[in-house]
Amino acid sequence: MKLNVNGTDHEVDVEDDMPLLWVLRDELDIKGVKYGCGVAQCGACTVHISGVAVRSCQTAVADVDGPVTTIEGLGAPDALHAVQEAWIEHQVAQCGYCQSGQMMQAASLLEETPQPTDEDIDIVMGGNLCRCGTYPRIRAAVKTAASKLNRV
Amino acid sequence: MSKLGKIARRSFLVGSVAIAGGVAFGYYSYRKPAKNPLLDDLTKGEAALTPYVKIDANGITLITPRADSGQGAYSVQAALIAEELDVALDQVNVDPGPPSPAYYNTALASEAVPFQSTDDSRMANSARGVMDAMAKFMGLQITGGSTTVPDGYVKLRVAGAVARETLKAAAAARAGVAVADLKTERGAVLLPDGTQIAYADLAVEAAETALVEDVPLRDPSTWRIIGKSQKRLDMIAKSTGTQLYGIDFEMDGMVHATVRTNPRQGGAMIGFDASIAEGMRGVKKIVQIAGGVAVVADNTWRAIQAANAIEIDWDAAPYPLEQEQHWEALSASFNDDQIDSRNRDDGDVEAALHGAELVEAEYRAPYLAHAPLEPVSSTVKVEENRVDIWTGTQIPRFVQTNVAKITGVDFDNVHVHVLMMGGSFGHRLEDDVVRQATEIAMQMPGRPVKLTLSREEDMLHDYPRQIAMARGRGSVRNGHVEALDLGIAMPSVIRSQMGRQGLPAPGPDLQIVAGAWDQPMQIPNYRVTGYAAPELAPISSWRAVGASTNGFFHDVFLDELIHAAGADPVEERLRLMTHDPSRKAIEAVAEMSGWGTDLAENKGRGVAFCLSFGVPVAEMIEVTNTEDGIRIDKVWVAAEVGRVVDPINFENLIQGGVVWALGHAMNCEITYADGVAEQDNYYAFEGMRIWQTPEIIVRGLENAGDRIRGIGEPMVPPAAAALSNAIFAATGQRIREMPMNKHIDFV
Repeated sequence: MKLNVNGTDHEVDVEDDMPLLWVLRDELDIKGVKYGCGVAQCGACTVHISGVAVRSCQTAVADVDGPVTTIEGLGAPDALHAVQEAWIEHQVAQCGYCQSGQMMQAASLLEETPQPTDEDIDIVMGGNLCRCGTYPRIRAAVKTAASKLNRV
Repeated sequence: MSKLGKIARRSFLVGSVAIAGGVAFGYYSYRKPAKNPLLDDLTKGEAALTPYVKIDANGITLITPRADSGQGAYSVQAALIAEELDVALDQVNVDPGPPSPAYYNTALASEAVPFQSTDDSRMANSARGVMDAMAKFMGLQITGGSTTVPDGYVKLRVAGAVARETLKAAAAARAGVAVADLKTERGAVLLPDGTQIAYADLAVEAAETALVEDVPLRDPSTWRIIGKSQKRLDMIAKSTGTQLYGIDFEMDGMVHATVRTNPRQGGAMIGFDASIAEGMRGVKKIVQIAGGVAVVADNTWRAIQAANAIEIDWDAAPYPLEQEQHWEALSASFNDDQIDSRNRDDGDVEAALHGAELVEAEYRAPYLAHAPLEPVSSTVKVEENRVDIWTGTQIPRFVQTNVAKITGVDFDNVHVHVLMMGGSFGHRLEDDVVRQATEIAMQMPGRPVKLTLSREEDMLHDYPRQIAMARGRGSVRNGHVEALDLGIAMPSVIRSQMGRQGLPAPGPDLQIVAGAWDQPMQIPNYRVTGYAAPELAPISSWRAVGASTNGFFHDVFLDELIHAAGADPVEERLRLMTHDPSRKAIEAVAEMSGWGTDLAENKGRGVAFCLSFGVPVAEMIEVTNTEDGIRIDKVWVAAEVGRVVDPINFENLIQGGVVWALGHAMNCEITYADGVAEQDNYYAFEGMRIWQTPEIIVRGLENAGDRIRGIGEPMVPPAAAALSNAIFAATGQRIREMPMNKHIDFV
């Protein structure tokens, strides 16, 4: 089965129903995408398929119908995405385990809604759990990222 | 004698003398210096000047032995060393170091003595000294109890200072100049002529130089790092998906495992049928372990799928099967035979309540899972005479001991490599996952086995926070609180947790009354009694431990009495307070929130206070009673920590702790049916989500001088109380049980 992840084509030999999450983590060794709940309740596994946020733990690999982007493909330490810049500026992370998923969700939100209201943020980011409780900083960082992206 | 032998002989545990107070019997032999563990692994060209600073040709490594589960522990420990060492944080590597008695935690044990943390008497400090010695004796390299900063505040700075002065002495000898003429800056010694010698260049000579031990610490007014917001060392990695956690660990030849053990925790497995699982793709091995069965496969998901396909016959639970029986056991514990402690007994409560109009109330707090977002995992490789363990843990020394016991491999040949943790909140003070991975790895010698628990398996075996119940009786007189008698019943967390490590926990368990008996208040008739309930479901330390329930009980009951007295909630608390920094915390939230100003009809403000882990914290919450339920609008927090080491990290931790405390207080419980926890994933235990998160305004107070304290937990105990008190102010409804959503709707 073919899979394009972060611009690279991969051939994987796995069951059709293996969740994309585990194909990425255990078959392709892409570890930025995280396992938290396995049932689309926490959002730690959020990636983009064709630019739209999905929960990779509930996406069977055979159903992937477009290029996959993970946090590693969003930006890198020496080439940050505006969302990542904002996350660093606000020092959002505590344990950081949920933050890959938070940033992928936020990037998708800003793609669709360049100037989100507080309510937009609450609704769209509401599916991403942060057990450390960094929500106040996530809110602020989403707004900062929005203004960075709108400036470009 | 070899060079290394010479250093070992004169190596010393930096700071142990400076921070340990008091003198007590049997103390001296345990205060002998611990061996510097870095000396074992040094290669040529490396120097380990103290247990906390290692320098080689590649640079400077600061050893930060307290584990990082998201609280910024590595950064804060590095900042304390770097302040005196004169290095910039972007010049150093941090490493949690090996498990070693040199890294024992003195501050943690100090919280286990029966003296209030505001009690500076000779007796109290001397008892704390005994416990310091105990911690060292037992090799408690533990991260917990909000102790990273208090434990390291002096000794890490001393470590940096000693290393700096020794490097200067080496530079002086090489250049033939006086030490007094040397300066240090950004990891280098500056000679009078402007020449720089990098520390790394001096490492070998420094190792041969006598340690300069009597170095005065710098005055706080000269600090460049401490007290200023730093960019956390892990922030870029955690914002780019490049931070690796225990669950991400990989090595050549590694296999993936998962386990299923009896969901009735501690119960046995009667038998299992793995005939379907054995034939599933990728399955390599199915093995029995203590209390259950493990599947080894070539991929985590395949292991989990196969494990779920095994038919298992579980034995009964070693505790009452139904939740109601747990509450009944607590209810039956309020009797003289089960009194565990009564360290607060002021005035004459019985006489004061006799004939008075009684205010009475009963409170409940449920079991709660820790449920950090990263499920527990551990990679173990067992060889003939060596075991390696890679895992996120708060208790590396216990892990080392337990694995040595299980495998029979010599303790010194068990190597624990501590990895970054995706949250803990006390969860990683347990090591079942390491023991299980070891059992599996022993059946596959030479092969690294990574054990990952599914979320369900993790949550079902998440030794929860204690269940607790409190009963208050009190009276008021002339507009003031006259008598407060609070009894608290819970099973002993410490006995349950220490029991799993095979350690006795003699004497009363002060966690049963923590956050209640030790409040710096004076009430004419004031009694707090702890009742030890029998052991029920196995329990563990959950953020703020005993105070997480008791802060709620004590302050809500106090609030009920204040309202019965017709007094002002802020004024009366201030009047009762005996400790000036605590009083200032309450004054701060009153001022921040505009206490006393008018509110709309459907709004209410509640104040609460709790001193825990030595930190007085006051919180004020404002809620609106909307058509859809209660909405929390704002939270104001004032916390007294002596010194705020990093303001941004401080604010982030406090905000997160308030979210943690309120989310669980509103929405969460673990309940047992047929001996199994009924909540096994986040849909049934979600804490707080972003839409319920209020604005949280934080102020750090520095009125307590050099009594430096950590802030990982103390914001938790007053939060639920402030919410209950605010809901009462807005609605007139008094909520005495968590989760509060059993009694009132939230937006």
